[in-house]
Amino acid sequence: MAAEAPPRPPAAPPEDRRNHVLRIFIPWLILSVIADLIIWFVWKPHLPPGTMSSSAEDQQFTIAVMAVMAAPVMIFVLIYFGYALLVWRQKPDDDTDGPAIHGNTRIQATWITVTSAIVLGLFVFGTVELVATNGAGAGQGASPIWKPGGTPLQVQVIGQQWKFTYRYPQFGGFETSQLVLPTNQWIEFHVTSLDVIHSFWAYQLGVKADANPGVDNVAYTKINNTGEIVVRCAELCGLWHGAMRDYGQAVSAGAFQTWARTSETRLAAVTKILPPYALTYDPTVAPQMAKIMVQNGLGGGAGLSYPDNAPVNP
Amino acid sequence: MSLPARVTTLIVAFVAVVAGVWFVVAHFLLAGPPTEDFTAGVTPNTGQTIHIMLQEDAQNTVSQRPDWVSYFIRSPSGQWVHTTLFTVPAGTRVDMTILGYDGCTPARNPYFGLVTGTIGNIALVDGKPTRVLNSWSGCNVGHTFSIPGINLNVPMDTPAVTAALCSTSPCTSGPHKTMQFSFMTPRASGVYFWQCRIPCGGGFDTGFGGPMQTIGYMTGNMTVVS
Repeated sequence: MAAEAPPRPPAAPPEDRRNHVLRIFIPWLILSVIADLIIWFVWKPHLPPGTMSSSAEDQQFTIAVMAVMAAPVMIFVLIYFGYALLVWRQKPDDDTDGPAIHGNTRIQATWITVTSAIVLGLFVFGTVELVATNGAGAGQGASPIWKPGGTPLQVQVIGQQWKFTYRYPQFGGFETSQLVLPTNQWIEFHVTSLDVIHSFWAYQLGVKADANPGVDNVAYTKINNTGEIVVRCAELCGLWHGAMRDYGQAVSAGAFQTWARTSETRLAAVTKILPPYALTYDPTVAPQMAKIMVQNGLGGGAGLSYPDNAPVNP
Repeated sequence: MSLPARVTTLIVAFVAVVAGVWFVVAHFLLAGPPTEDFTAGVTPNTGQTIHIMLQEDAQNTVSQRPDWVSYFIRSPSGQWVHTTLFTVPAGTRVDMTILGYDGCTPARNPYFGLVTGTIGNIALVDGKPTRVLNSWSGCNVGHTFSIPGINLNVPMDTPAVTAALCSTSPCTSGPHKTMQFSFMTPRASGVYFWQCRIPCGGGFDTGFGGPMQTIGYMTGNMTVVS
């Protein structure tokens, strides 16, 4: 009886001679170029918030650059994922282990270097875009770091439940519920609130700045084209927050001058009773009214509106 | 536990849950002030005139919040109703009369002392044409009637500072001012909220809580139908 033959070791899998790197790289390159071209030439012109102002245009440009940079990364991840699923999946009846992986220093170093370069590059790019565009339309607080040169048109935005009103200090400080702005001139918004926190969001201008009571929040933009501006409150501010919107107009410089001079005259009667123009207001203190109220022993309004012993909120 | 007991428990639990859901829906979601309809007999967009009368009181003694300031609407049948909801035809002139029974509170923003959005940008205070009321120089503004969607804003004049105000709502007597103004309703259907811009919600944050944010008191809707 012949001795039983020792079990044969399993056959080594055939050497994989396929060039995986090339098979991933070529479709990645093609798809990335296509995606970036579509993003830049097809998608970008339609990206919000449009190109009506310098800040809007810069935001659109920045978003497009970010997308162009991000698309190849995302495409690489998806291609690699799909390739691994198709090529390296387990075959039927194949119970063998996969090849031992000991890491690949070159690939790891390349990945870390490339992704670090992308992230740091975008960090520098984003910072430059913030500085070069005078704050990119965002509120910079009371002491803005980045200011345009020259003398911008000052427009004070006053938030109150539930309406924005606007004061024009360079035109006698008149106040109006109409937002009218000139093209081709830097505009300096001074955003504040008389009650709770609101947020002034002029969508087409790419301007968004919180309106905090007692705070002057400054934002800059320069309008390129005439047209309608949708203004919304972007901070939940009470029952009618959803209806706290209005429509402004961007007009030519000449039309703006005419409107401003006319409004200054037309609103002179109410301008006289407004408090002197200031960067912030404390509407709970109306000295004249407080005097009247105290003289008559009344509670309610004026500087004595909300004493400490008032009923608490529900 | 026996089978009948388990079934009984299940039924009781089910009924309790259904009753709870119904209570929440009925009590908090469906309950609300009525809507007064001023569209009867008026063809929209023909420029016809309707008359609406409101009053604002220092209190609302017909509600569960007797210490809240409140508007009332006089129904087409002549009854004062605790509501701030009304329906009007599109493209119609509204002759509005508001009886101001409440006392004064200064405007948070004096800009809202300006009459806007009325025909002629004017209102009559006891028959006297007025374009601006200064709530900071004298105690003479109690509330405003403002519909932001049509840029309507009318400040309400008040009785004398020391006058003994009406204390039972709806007021039928007592010192008051009569405000009259007219405006055109939009030509398209829609719901336009209206509010008071004076911080008269005493005791609430910034004076804009409580009655200022509760339908039926100092804010409501004007529904336009075409």
